[in-house]
Amino acid sequence: MRAPRGELRVGLGHKDPGIRAQGRSSINIFPDDRSVDNARLSGRMPGMDLSFSAEDETFRREVRTFLSEALPDGLRAKAEIDAPFAMEDVMQWHRILFSRKWAAPGWPAEFGGPGLSPTQRFILTEELELAGTPQLSPFGLVMVGPAIMQFGTPQQQQRFLPKILSGEEVWCQGYSEPGAGSDLASLQCKAEDDGDSFIVNGQKTWTTYAQYADWIFCLVRTNGKVKKQAGITFLLIDMKSPGVEARPMLTIGEQPAFCDTFFDNVRVPKENVVGKIDAGWTVAKALLGHERTLLAMVGLSQRLLRRIKRIAAETTVGGKSMLEHGAWRGKIARLEIELEALKMTNYRVLAGAQLGHAPGPESSILKLRGTEINQRMYELAMEIMGHDALSWYAADGVVPAAEQGIAPQFCYARANTIFGGSNEIQKNIIAKWILGLPSGK
Amino acid sequence: MDFELSPEQKMLAQTVASFAKQRSPVERFRKLREQQQPWDPQVWAHMGELGWLSVPFSEDAGGFGAGMVEVAIIVEGLGRALAPEPYLASVVLAGMTLAAAGSQDQHERWLTPMMEGETALSLAYAERATRYDHGEPGTVAARDGSGWRISGEKVFALGGAQAQHFVVSAQTPDGLGLFVLDAEGPGVDRRVVRTIDGQGAAQLVLDGATVGDEHRLGEPGPSARSVLGHAIDRGAAAACSEGLGVAQTMLDMTVAHLKEREQFGVPIGAFQVLQHRAVDMFVEVQLLRSMSVLATVQSEHDDPQVRQRAISAAKATLASSGRFVSHEAIQLHGGIGITDEHDIGLYFKRMLSLNAVLGDEQHHVERFAAGAGF
Repeated sequence: MRAPRGELRVGLGHKDPGIRAQGRSSINIFPDDRSVDNARLSGRMPGMDLSFSAEDETFRREVRTFLSEALPDGLRAKAEIDAPFAMEDVMQWHRILFSRKWAAPGWPAEFGGPGLSPTQRFILTEELELAGTPQLSPFGLVMVGPAIMQFGTPQQQQRFLPKILSGEEVWCQGYSEPGAGSDLASLQCKAEDDGDSFIVNGQKTWTTYAQYADWIFCLVRTNGKVKKQAGITFLLIDMKSPGVEARPMLTIGEQPAFCDTFFDNVRVPKENVVGKIDAGWTVAKALLGHERTLLAMVGLSQRLLRRIKRIAAETTVGGKSMLEHGAWRGKIARLEIELEALKMTNYRVLAGAQLGHAPGPESSILKLRGTEINQRMYELAMEIMGHDALSWYAADGVVPAAEQGIAPQFCYARANTIFGGSNEIQKNIIAKWILGLPSGK
Repeated sequence: MDFELSPEQKMLAQTVASFAKQRSPVERFRKLREQQQPWDPQVWAHMGELGWLSVPFSEDAGGFGAGMVEVAIIVEGLGRALAPEPYLASVVLAGMTLAAAGSQDQHERWLTPMMEGETALSLAYAERATRYDHGEPGTVAARDGSGWRISGEKVFALGGAQAQHFVVSAQTPDGLGLFVLDAEGPGVDRRVVRTIDGQGAAQLVLDGATVGDEHRLGEPGPSARSVLGHAIDRGAAAACSEGLGVAQTMLDMTVAHLKEREQFGVPIGAFQVLQHRAVDMFVEVQLLRSMSVLATVQSEHDDPQVRQRAISAAKATLASSGRFVSHEAIQLHGGIGITDEHDIGLYFKRMLSLNAVLGDEQHHVERFAAGAGF
């Protein structure tokens, strides 16, 4: 006998007199089970919802209107051809976003942020990425800012946060050292106690854009006699301090993005310690968490996909556009499907955050897969460009202006899977903390 | 945006999980496979008693009036246990075609007994020459007095090995038509095909099968064609959900094996090279879960373009992620993974089946790339 109309029986009990009365032997195939409730449900079950709310759609229109009006012509011209932005471009855009309160979408209202919901933050970031606007430096806004909010003193919060938000002070990150990369906790840059100050000596490396920075947040060794993670302190250092030197180096993209930063007897007041002395590892771990959610790169990869399709549509081979060649079209489609899967995973994380849930296991794959897909987008762009992919910062008219930036960006994108904790380190973390596998050999 | 299950949906998921664990361990499927029995009609009848087989049908048709989310929950749970009862084939593919195209009389005649678990239905649309295309069948239905005379050959009708009725697509003078044929009807030759996953399907050789006009579902033409297309899309979405259950189980089994199996004096899961391979499986399962959600939610979208785009993306993901996960699962199990005795191979073969039906990877990548959204 079927459950009554509009009513679905969940539960496996089979003591239903109706079934008994019909004498169906079929039910005897199941051993009696009293552990499962024989609950009844009625009414239509709600469906899942994939749409954005009307308020969120209104917000998206608001962002688009803002972008159409506020992006200065010079930046817009660069955005249209994906030309690289200079540091002054980035800071100009930072100030414009700041004046609209959108420089730091994730900051709470009490620290001057816009107080947006997780979904609105996502929409804002996505629209900024899709429009190709300069990406603001994340070191202050996304990394040290939230760390100071979480671990800093009220004095530190008042001193540093307003200037991070306004862009008045630019930050860089002093984590990696020549001998401490993936094994970050083995870092040696030393801070020795000298009364009210520390004296810092050592070297940091891969300090991205340190040459433009006013401040650096560093992990320094304050205790060499304990377990390596337990002797590290999170320290804020003024880049103008005597004894600090940042030496830029070229990346394989031939941009001076990285620096070696040297500390030679640099005096740093102890009031610049965030959190407790020797407890910097806790701050660092929290901060890496902030970075990971930043790295799904969905908007950036979506924009790149549009470029790929445009190039393929405009390039003619054998009398038809590359986009009309089944093999090329299929290649692009496969990558688009993978991006779709990443985007849906991002939505799952977002929907959870909107409900106030802690990030689930799905959030751990965003950095891994997001960085890989972004790299493969660049690879496909290079492949579709053919000879044009060889062009290197050439304004000679041979290669369309909008494609000249792709080769250097392709090169620099190889860093995606290395920074923010290499993807292999991410896998170690997932293996241990999500899959529960034993400590690695 | 909301992907949370309601309390009722969570309960349904728990119920299906309890059913799988307590009453349908893989051992049950093994026995059926040994006996070459496609599924257990008594279990099917029990699913009918529980109301599971009525889930997606409207209340007007005597159903529960729920949606594809509930179907996804049930099918994922059945996939985890390799329960061979033809939920996807009978409820989703054939049932939803019949529900959409049929009249109330036809619902009562064929859908109601299926919902009660007394009969099972099978959708026979696939043909050798048309591969995954449903729109232009080679099977022909010609007028025969007041009824119809149908000839042609259908292949790999899912759930067809033990179904009582087939929903068959055939070309009529007015376009594609849908007809219900009895498995034992005149001119119907059902040949049971033993499939790689141990579940079986049917080949139908129709040699002038004659039926009355009351066996015709709706008017032949574009609407019948779109009803059939929608049912196949729903089936593909359900295949993603079942494949998710299969993939998740293979991951769980593999991780458990890595923790238990010792070599060189340590659990092999301590070796980083194997850890990273397990994490790669985990990543694919998460992506598949995301796309299964997408396919489920969009399978009822009003705009067929939106629906097809989502479902093709998801089914292509099932192919790539499912292939990866099942191949890795065998490799990480080592020699035992190659034996018929170990369950991992059963899941491996079910995944192969799910990827070969309702459009394979190439079919769905092409449909995705041909769509308006591309």
